[in-house]
Amino acid sequence: MSGLEDLYREIILDHYRSPRNRGELETPPAHRTEGFNPLCGDEVVVYVMVDGEGRIADIKINGQGCSISQSSASMMSAAVKGKTIDEARALTSTFKSMMSIHEQDIGGDGSEAEADPTDVTAEMKLGDLEALRGVVKFPVRIKCATLSWNTLTQALDEVAAARS
Amino acid sequence: MTTPATPTPESPPASEPSTADGPGRLDVAAIRRDFPVLDQRQDGHRLVFLDSAASSQHPRQVLDAMTSFYETSYANVHRGVYQLAERATAAYEGARGKVARFIGAPSANEVVFTKNATEAINLVAGSWGRANLKAGDAVVLTLMEHHANIVPWQMLAAQIGFEIRWVPLTDEGHLDLSDLDRLLDGAKLFAFTAMSNVLGTLNPVARLTAAAHEKGALALVDACQWVPHLPTDVVAMGADFVAFSAHKMLGPSGIGVLWARSELLEAMPPFLGGGGMILNVTTEGFTPDVPPARFEAGTPPIAEAVGLAAAIDYLSGLGMDAVHRHEVELTGYALRTLKAEVGDALTIYGPSEPSERGGVLSIALEGVHAHDISQVLDTQAVCIRPGHHCAKPLMRVLGAPATARASIYVYNDTDDIDALAAALVAARDFFKL
Repeated sequence: MSGLEDLYREIILDHYRSPRNRGELETPPAHRTEGFNPLCGDEVVVYVMVDGEGRIADIKINGQGCSISQSSASMMSAAVKGKTIDEARALTSTFKSMMSIHEQDIGGDGSEAEADPTDVTAEMKLGDLEALRGVVKFPVRIKCATLSWNTLTQALDEVAAARS
Repeated sequence: MTTPATPTPESPPASEPSTADGPGRLDVAAIRRDFPVLDQRQDGHRLVFLDSAASSQHPRQVLDAMTSFYETSYANVHRGVYQLAERATAAYEGARGKVARFIGAPSANEVVFTKNATEAINLVAGSWGRANLKAGDAVVLTLMEHHANIVPWQMLAAQIGFEIRWVPLTDEGHLDLSDLDRLLDGAKLFAFTAMSNVLGTLNPVARLTAAAHEKGALALVDACQWVPHLPTDVVAMGADFVAFSAHKMLGPSGIGVLWARSELLEAMPPFLGGGGMILNVTTEGFTPDVPPARFEAGTPPIAEAVGLAAAIDYLSGLGMDAVHRHEVELTGYALRTLKAEVGDALTIYGPSEPSERGGVLSIALEGVHAHDISQVLDTQAVCIRPGHHCAKPLMRVLGAPATARASIYVYNDTDDIDALAAALVAARDFFKL
């Protein structure tokens, strides 16, 4: 079943089977945002607890979806927990550039993240999230991988708007 | 059936498609030779197409009819005086007559060509609904409707303020009719699917239309999954409106049908405005044409109508009774085989009795999301559809965000089901928790 292993790396299956930060947070004080993939019906719910210094003190993920959307959400939660909002946004931007890699770049050695060079904070380490790089070979699945990130972005926007 | 037919608009495919090979089975090997798209391999695997409920494939007879029409007879319809235009008009109107005969319509003038079934239902909502529904009225739908038979009514309800009521489902995926009379009390319209595109459930259409009429409501039948698979008689159905699409019945995309009783069509105001739907236009206003032209503004899907006619010829050659028998038998084989091969991890939604359902199998595999099932199946060239199938209210009832749906048609056989079963086993094992 070659090809499938490119998509379903072991780390992805691990996060799918044992999702990190799964659950809910009390709202308020936490903030809750829902995201939908209208094509497939997948839903993700992101709970973020941002402390007084603009740091993501806690994050929980709920909802249902495929292995790609669920593992991406799980890895995201682990990656942004404890980060500042700005760091989380930078990581989101790095991750989304990896997901929007051009067709002709597929098949490279995958050693460098496709970070936006104009963004000085985009030097974020993707770590485990690199495992999702294979998703770009399956264009219809990219939306699965980015669903939780778009929902997080919306949540952070809403938190920022509520504080300003 | 290896010789391609060379049909003309006036005389559709001379060669008759393959007919039943013994009781309950179509000659699938011969049928497959008519479908060029099936003659390909993907990563070394034979293409196994199990997504006809979304859109079906096209026999060479349909492709040839459309090509030949473009090559010999294309012009705009209803306008030109030259012979080419007359031939095009004859082909287009000939297709209308063919559709009427295929569905048992009393008159070809009751057949309105639309873009698809979705547009046909929007036409009823936008024309009949807007003219006849008011605040305080009720429209009854069922929880197994496709969004195409939900959203047009919700859009109109938001403007007018009528109530939408829902017929619930039984655990096995039939309509729960125990409270139907109360739901229909005071309703103006009962709009329901003849066959669920998720569960495969075949609904008791004549009984439902009779129940609607008894309460003074009209009945709209979404026959998208019915017309391609079973003999259709709109009069026997007792329907007031029937909607379906060509692209689910071996025809091209871009054309659908609204059938309605002529008294209804004659009283309905236009839906879309433009050329072709008027008797007269002045600076002061316009006079609409009579049906069906009243509802066909603008240049219609002309070659698509020719393609639909060829698809009807093809299906008629097979015989719709034979098509239905084939699908019931293959569905029974699929229900038995999938359960036996994949085991307890597998759930198949909908009625367990093959004769109560069409050839739509919505599957859940424990611990494996429908997207992931579909992805693994694709590596074995098995084409199925993951998702909510445009029936989110139903998915909520099922408690599943998505299912993996395999659907069968005339070119499918037991080998396709076997390939599906093997691919599902591979998916189950790949994701083994």
